Amino acid sequence: MSAVSPATLPTVKAPRPPSPFSNALAFGWRAVLKFRHVPEQLFDLVMTPIMFTLLFTFVFGGALAGSPADYIQFLLPGILVQTVVFNSVYSGMGLSTDLSKGLFDRFRSLPIWQLSPFAGLMVGDVLRHIIAGLIILCIGLILGYRPEAGLAGVVAAFLLIVAIGFGTGWIFLVLGLLIRTPMTVMTIGFTLIMPVAFASNIMVRPETMPGWLEAIVVRNPVSHMTTAMRGLLDGTATGGDVLLALAAPVILTVVLSPVVLWLYRRS
Amino acid sequence: MNDTTPLKEPLAQKRTTPLAISARGLVRHFGEVKAVDGIDLDVPRGMIFAILGPNGAGKTTLIRMLATLLKPDAGTATVMGHDLVAEPHAVRASIALTGQFASLDEDLTARENLILLARLWGFRGREAKARADELLAAFELADAAKRQVKDFSGGMRRRLDIAASLIVTPGVLFLDEPTTGLDPKARQGVWSMIRELARTGVTILLTTQYLEEADQLAARIAVIDHGRKIAEGTSRELKALIGSGFLHVAPADPADIDRAAEILEARLGAAVQRSAEGAQLSVMAGTPRDANEALSALMAAGIEISDFSMGSPSLDEVFFALTGQPAEDQDRKEAAQ
Repeated sequence: MSAVSPATLPTVKAPRPPSPFSNALAFGWRAVLKFRHVPEQLFDLVMTPIMFTLLFTFVFGGALAGSPADYIQFLLPGILVQTVVFNSVYSGMGLSTDLSKGLFDRFRSLPIWQLSPFAGLMVGDVLRHIIAGLIILCIGLILGYRPEAGLAGVVAAFLLIVAIGFGTGWIFLVLGLLIRTPMTVMTIGFTLIMPVAFASNIMVRPETMPGWLEAIVVRNPVSHMTTAMRGLLDGTATGGDVLLALAAPVILTVVLSPVVLWLYRRS
Repeated sequence: MNDTTPLKEPLAQKRTTPLAISARGLVRHFGEVKAVDGIDLDVPRGMIFAILGPNGAGKTTLIRMLATLLKPDAGTATVMGHDLVAEPHAVRASIALTGQFASLDEDLTARENLILLARLWGFRGREAKARADELLAAFELADAAKRQVKDFSGGMRRRLDIAASLIVTPGVLFLDEPTTGLDPKARQGVWSMIRELARTGVTILLTTQYLEEADQLAARIAVIDHGRKIAEGTSRELKALIGSGFLHVAPADPADIDRAAEILEARLGAAVQRSAEGAQLSVMAGTPRDANEALSALMAAGIEISDFSMGSPSLDEVFFALTGQPAEDQDRKEAAQ
């Protein structure tokens, strides 16, 4: 190793400090590289929703809606919501992995805008939600799903997907900052999210449930998100639907973003 | 022990070069635990300075405070002339940190890791790539540039980790246990790299639990234990602290070892330290005459000696003399807790 010769390196001065925006962009680039190097992660992201879509459409579809073709029209928007809610768990896992490996120590010791690593995480999350959503939508189209509202409806639906992902992501960033083992973040994350995702109107109409459960389900934020998603894709959404769907993401952002910043600065 | 006093005086009083790091009374608690409990530190520019101590002594906490990752609960410090608390951004612009665990993105290639950091420092597209390639060449990693870091050996990872700290030449480079977990060959490699870096004028503050590492690399060593600095000086000064006359004795029959230790302790009035393998005893003897008498006492008690020597204490023995326990034992004790 005698040929290792850092002594021959010239002294290098720092260039003009980059803007916070270009820092965030650099972290976003990292997220894109991760997709290129670890394409398997897409498999994790869409496997569960694809399984649910196939299972429910073909096994329960006939019983639930008369025919699989009718059921997929009901189910698919909800599956999109489920996908983004489930996948936001991975934001926390990614953060926890970075923290457990000391990578954030290096980032935090750089003269950069201190929150740019988070901005980068967000860029990665948005990409992840859009890619996973597109894959699920394609599967749906193959199975006979038709978004009545056309392209405009799909674009609006994806904006809602990004908003939901951004909002729920905060829960798991908090977990990621508190828990240094990525696997534990995932386990706790799914334990929290499972009942919330299932006690909703994603798969079944709440009217068919026992009264006490129906009362819970219609108040579940995931149900509001699903109603809005269906409405946007069918072209029947009202402004009220969308506002109700956005309530939870907005509240989560307002309440949890300061918590995340505090935890990050404290650590 | 009368030459402790000049050693404990802050170096600032006799300095001729400006200081890279100057810390006064740094304290950091974690709940009830005082991880760092009032440490003063003066590190002149361009020096390799070692913080030596066992696991849990507070080394990492100290380095994380100086690298602005942790706020001190009390005390002040400047790094390259910038106040740690008032100007953290300016401190960050003049330091680089290579943490205890490789701070690299394992999924990315070596080159991508360096480009990412170069971009974060403000190099644009082509400049960032050029800077990455320059460092990869200097650290003999050009062949592995396009491999993901997760496929790297420990030694290569460490080299890349240190290269990543040199995107912009830092005023102070913090190395937290740079060779922990490396095999002896990789360790030698990292050592020669650190020496070369120091020749470029970079101030290096490294932590280590290996006495040999501090001895080999550092111009000055601060020994810390339980969050406090218990001694500071050059390796030679630290050895002189406990006197030069150290007697090493190996009884021929290992069964005699306890009895031999008792006799030596009684004769010389100093604590006896056992080697890691337990086959050798070391004790401060004062003068050769005292040593001779102690050896005669062993003979008189019928203990055969297979080997003995007289010489300077190793840093291990210095640590033992300063803390009252061997570095290794304390290590295990704290690991068990």
